[in-house]
Amino acid sequence: MSEEYLLELEHIRKEYPGVVALKDVSLRLRRGEVLALIGENGAGKSTLIKTCSGAVIPTSGKIRINGKEFDRMTPQLAAENGIAIIYQEFNNVGELSAAENLFLGRPIRKGIMIDRKAMEEEAAKAFAQLQIKIDPRELVKNLTVGYQQMIEIAKAIQQNAQVLIMDEPSAPLTSNEVENMFKVVELLRKKGVSIIYISHRLEEIFRLSDRIEVLRDGEYIETLITRESTVDQLIKLMVGREMTQKYPERKPCIDKNKVVLELKNVCGNGDENMSLKIHAGEVLGLGGLVGAGRTELAEVIFGAAKKESGQMFLNGKEINPRNPREAIDLGIALVPEDRKRHGALLTNTIKNNINMPIYERISSASVINSRTERSNAEKYMKEMAIKTPSFQQHVKNLSGGNQQKVILGKWMAADSRLIIFDEPTRGIDVGAKYEIYKLINSLVEEGRSVLMISSEMEELMGMSDRIIVLSEHKMTGELEKEYFNADKIMTYASMAADGKKEN
Amino acid sequence: MDVKKVVKSNAIWLVFIAMVIVFSIANPNFIKPSNLVAISRQVAVYGIASIGMTFVILIAGIDLSTGSIITLVNIVCAYMMVNMGVNMWVALIISLIIATLVGVLNGFMVSTLGMPALIATFASQTVFEGIAYLICGGMPISGFDPNFDLFGRWSLGIVPISAIIMIVCFVVGSFILNKSYFGRYFYAIGGNEEAAELSGIRVSRMKYLIYALSGFFAGLAGIVMLSRTGSGQATAGLGYEFDVITCVVLGGVSVNGGFGKMSGVIAGVLIIGSLTNGMILMDVNSYMQMVVKGVVLALAVGIDCLSKKRQAA
Repeated sequence: MSEEYLLELEHIRKEYPGVVALKDVSLRLRRGEVLALIGENGAGKSTLIKTCSGAVIPTSGKIRINGKEFDRMTPQLAAENGIAIIYQEFNNVGELSAAENLFLGRPIRKGIMIDRKAMEEEAAKAFAQLQIKIDPRELVKNLTVGYQQMIEIAKAIQQNAQVLIMDEPSAPLTSNEVENMFKVVELLRKKGVSIIYISHRLEEIFRLSDRIEVLRDGEYIETLITRESTVDQLIKLMVGREMTQKYPERKPCIDKNKVVLELKNVCGNGDENMSLKIHAGEVLGLGGLVGAGRTELAEVIFGAAKKESGQMFLNGKEINPRNPREAIDLGIALVPEDRKRHGALLTNTIKNNINMPIYERISSASVINSRTERSNAEKYMKEMAIKTPSFQQHVKNLSGGNQQKVILGKWMAADSRLIIFDEPTRGIDVGAKYEIYKLINSLVEEGRSVLMISSEMEELMGMSDRIIVLSEHKMTGELEKEYFNADKIMTYASMAADGKKEN
Repeated sequence: MDVKKVVKSNAIWLVFIAMVIVFSIANPNFIKPSNLVAISRQVAVYGIASIGMTFVILIAGIDLSTGSIITLVNIVCAYMMVNMGVNMWVALIISLIIATLVGVLNGFMVSTLGMPALIATFASQTVFEGIAYLICGGMPISGFDPNFDLFGRWSLGIVPISAIIMIVCFVVGSFILNKSYFGRYFYAIGGNEEAAELSGIRVSRMKYLIYALSGFFAGLAGIVMLSRTGSGQATAGLGYEFDVITCVVLGGVSVNGGFGKMSGVIAGVLIIGSLTNGMILMDVNSYMQMVVKGVVLALAVGIDCLSKKRQAA
């Protein structure tokens, strides 16, 4: 039969009550190739790969591995047939060492005892094979996210994985870690391991993959040879329409005479000496590496973390929000990075999410005015263009982009004047990104202010009016729009703590 | 499609109706008005206490002190009326305040100290049961103002006052859950505490309120019980928290927080009440009754969990 293909998914269909998640999707993976799987959120990528591990059972269709045909997989069958998936959440145990994690569930034994030494030696060999430097004795909780991911990969290779499926592997990593991960992927490809690589970041796909399969709305669209395709072409296939512009046009709207938020030497939550000004109608970008202290600063401003010293002024008046409630009442809002954990109330309806910050305002004697509640939900669902039939829908059933819009709608309902975005488009597909950018523009055009944390250089430069860069919990640089330059931002971002631009 | 949905979300009521039919066939006395009145009297104590417990479990907490609050109220109220000659209304109000304060203490331990609810409320269960014993020395206290019979023995027509109190409490409970912003906050906290805080809910304050309410409703249940038995006993509320938890969980409130309806809890209370009553009518011995109740609880939660697991795959 088809010797050429190691893994074939044929005409996979998956139905959930009321929804068809996959319609007749096929995928063929050649030996030793990197096949990128792309598509917007909700396109069915994750569902498709989960059929390979047995986490999802297809309604119909066939799975063929090395010519062997299966109707459905189980985790055990997948492992036996050399299929390993690296999910975004790792299965490591923090309290165990790197070596112990590598042999989790199948330790090397000496009699009834665990042979720690042999495991450590084997682990060292496995890590050396992947050219990664991890001390096998180190506890996993002390390792960076990048290394933890490496352990997962090493574990898969140890178990003779022939097919490695990576679901958004670069999402949690810093740019250095991403480089290391790429090296490992290259190495594995040379060793003949076949890889399915899922990512939203098109530049990665162009660097790594041999072929690209595009899904849209649970349907197979096309498979392309990477070196014969272009970014625009991919975006068009994913979105199903032409995307002319990455960042929408914004009307000039900054009022430099109106300082909305001013920080003077604010310390707290690990950050030191933060001094900055945000004007009305301005998007202030906050750049830096992961862990530079940007989220921490956002938490201090939003009252979610304690300010230790320094002063904050909102419209000239000193403020000291002690909790998010007080910050919200002052007109400050936070759209957090981790949407599912901190942003949206997934098990609540859209209506409840949108009204959550203002329930006390729309209640009299603690009884909710249900007409206002409903009309609010309707209004902001429409304004944010949230695509779903009813505001009674639970937020967990929405796509990432729509969830982000619900969070934003909530802050519009609360009439927030300063909105802090922490990685506003993380994990959001290309089409929805553009809509989020448009919403950010409309915010500042209405005279609101935006503080935007972003690790995506292009987004940071494309959306900000001004950029402040942090490094190791200190401010290391500030750039006006006309001087935006990626190299300069990176230099500031990697500047040591004794950075020159300190007050 | 929609019929299926309606059936599914009210499955617990169907179970209740089926049970009533089975018991009525097994023993026609079951469906007689006098027996139904007896059931309503019996379930009043669980029912009233289950309202506070519903709030607690909705935010993924637990309150093990319910039983000992019932006991404490029994003893304190009886002691004040009999040994101190306090007017019954004053004694009642003071008892309810004490019950609420025990709840506030639970709130302090869970919210301010950050103790796991299981341990915090278990500690106060032990403490207040001990205090109840200390007050009465283990002896029952009786001989109340005859008017005190109002809450547990009197009836309005055929309907017992205790059942009326329970119904009023359920109405208040549903009102809090569905019409007031507190209810929205409870569901939000149960769904995701961190996201709730970041949406502007003062989670800590809400936890105080919820445990205080749980204490208050347990206290009210204690008053009804004291009135019915006519004697304050140090074992009055022993183990009641588990029956109350059973009613709430049986009613479909998720122990992981975030999901549940007051109507489900009402069904849960009625099921446990009629199950107990029906088994007594059928002469099932009391040890067997325990076995049946345990199995019913495991089945109810098991089926619920399984269907959620299926949905997820």
